[in-house]
Amino acid sequence: MKQFAAFVKKEFRHILRDHWTMIILLVLPILMVILFGYGISTEVKNTRFAVLDPSRDVVTQGIVNKLATSEYFILGDYLTSESQIEQCFTHSNYGLVLVFGNRFGEQIMDPDGVQIQLIADGSDPNTASILTTYASSLISLYAKELSKEDEKALLISPQVKLLFNPSMKNSFNTVPGIMGVIIILICALMTSVSLTREKEHGTMEVLLVSPMRPFLIIFSKMIPYFCISLVNLSTILLLSHYMLGVPIVGSFGLVVLISLIYIFVSLALGLFISTVAEKQIVALLISGAGLMLPVVYLSGMMFPLESMPVALQWFANIIPAKWFIIAMRNVMIKGLGITSVLREIIILVGMGSLIVFASIKRFKIRLE
Amino acid sequence: MNKNNCQLSTVNCHLISKSYGVVKALENISFEVEKGEIFGIIGPDGAGKTTLFRILTTLILADSGTATVDGRDVVKEYNEIRKHVGYMPGRFSLYQDLTVEENLDVFAKVFNTSIEENYHLIKDIYVQIEPFKKRRAGKLSGGMKQKLALCCALIHKPSVLFLDEPTTGVDPVSRKEFWEMLKRLKNEGITILVSTPYMDEAALCDRIALIQNGQFLKIETPENIVNQFAQELWTVKGVQMSKLLNDLRQYEHIRTCFAFGDTHHITLESNMSTVENLQDYLQTKGHLQVEIKPTKASIEDCFMELTFEKSESYD
Repeated sequence: MKQFAAFVKKEFRHILRDHWTMIILLVLPILMVILFGYGISTEVKNTRFAVLDPSRDVVTQGIVNKLATSEYFILGDYLTSESQIEQCFTHSNYGLVLVFGNRFGEQIMDPDGVQIQLIADGSDPNTASILTTYASSLISLYAKELSKEDEKALLISPQVKLLFNPSMKNSFNTVPGIMGVIIILICALMTSVSLTREKEHGTMEVLLVSPMRPFLIIFSKMIPYFCISLVNLSTILLLSHYMLGVPIVGSFGLVVLISLIYIFVSLALGLFISTVAEKQIVALLISGAGLMLPVVYLSGMMFPLESMPVALQWFANIIPAKWFIIAMRNVMIKGLGITSVLREIIILVGMGSLIVFASIKRFKIRLE
Repeated sequence: MNKNNCQLSTVNCHLISKSYGVVKALENISFEVEKGEIFGIIGPDGAGKTTLFRILTTLILADSGTATVDGRDVVKEYNEIRKHVGYMPGRFSLYQDLTVEENLDVFAKVFNTSIEENYHLIKDIYVQIEPFKKRRAGKLSGGMKQKLALCCALIHKPSVLFLDEPTTGVDPVSRKEFWEMLKRLKNEGITILVSTPYMDEAALCDRIALIQNGQFLKIETPENIVNQFAQELWTVKGVQMSKLLNDLRQYEHIRTCFAFGDTHHITLESNMSTVENLQDYLQTKGHLQVEIKPTKASIEDCFMELTFEKSESYD
């Protein structure tokens, strides 16, 4: 035990004395959350919109407020004539113009309903379609609320039909994916060089001619990196919650538990790479480039696995990130309990144990 | 030594061979090292010294042959051997980012002991580097690094100490001190296997093995090796030393000739030529003030002689 403790202490010293690596390890997750969080997100936030409202009644005011108080839109000017609409896009940076008809509030009682016009800049079709979709869903939401108050079915039909619902789910769904990628990349990166560094510096040669057993060496290398990973997990969760606004619907304890298991799997994976690679640069390449592609493409983070060829779907099963992301989506976003993620937890624990076992077996007890 | 006769020797090597591809690193190496002996393995770079050390410290496997250390087989009982030997590789192999003290502490604990427990063993060496105990190992000078490495290899009181070129790259004063320490460790009953490319260090060993191209040329005490030198050895000194060397080598009855410090050491085909003949020859070549004196062979002369005999027997 003394042997193990001394070795863990030594590992901590290596890490703490290497200031630059330390900074990179702690700052990298922050950068990645920001990069992936905003980069992958297809949302358009804080778009300025203008309103042409000849009616100026309670209903139009309600709709405008609904949009203005959402996180997607910021209310700009009220327009006075239709001729100003085009200028909104050409001379000011408006993303959307809301056009009401005359006596909008009265017409809303019509059985045929009332129409509202959403005008967006078609030169950027993606953004335009996202904006109109958001606005439409917000207007529908408002109509629903209004119906409840009056206990009558009210019909406000925006001209764009709602086909899917990215406004509510998109950003939240990507965060578990981002966590899955960041954790596995950083953890594997850290541990993959740990044994190879000893090999390169020749210290492995001395270490081998000692009573230190392979499993002790492997576990002692894991512990300090596990601590760093805890710090990283906290920053990722804090950033996801406060910066990306992802709610943690399910049990926080369960989120942490799943993450810890996943961190363990990732660290083990790095150590396995470390037992195979002889040079640090090789270890870095395997853990960086070699893991990045399968994890990003086959984890279901960005691309739905269901639409992939069967062979790839099958291959995706051995990627730990896939199971982590499924479990996180279930707990963090959908708020499901432990029974619904039991399968994922068992798979991750199994993978971790298998990798650790393989690492101990692969650990070279001699120099060749 | 007589009471050790019935005991197993500490290191026992029997017909060990090892190849890297077509290169034969070691060829049928057999030798024994007695308990408490300083056994030197002397030879140039690439002779196979490191390979032999790695086989004996269980780091690599021999292609054929058997070896035991402390009566334990290097293949089957590697775990036991690793607990009881001390190994100092040729390349500095401590943690450069840890301080002197921390390095020693790690190695003590890895071997389930503490610095205090065996401090008496390393005391003489450690006091010299103690003033720098808070300094990182990577920032030590060459000599101090070697002293620290020796401390780390000794801290668990090994029964056998393997030192692979411990004095390479170390200044002459530190080298001398280093060998004095080895003498003291021998008195503690520690068996020491040490390799070195420096022939002058050979005389400090109890017995030495001369190694060349993966083969042992001879295993003997340094005195016997020198005494068994069968040729008449001469030193030749002149004004133009490098031209002299060339002309000596072109002399038809020269047997061996090589530069040795500020003189040249030669042996002659004694039945064909005498020193007087050589003197005449050199005069015709324009060498003035040539001094030719008989001399006693050193280990290096013996090494050269054995290498020469070996190559002759091949031809």
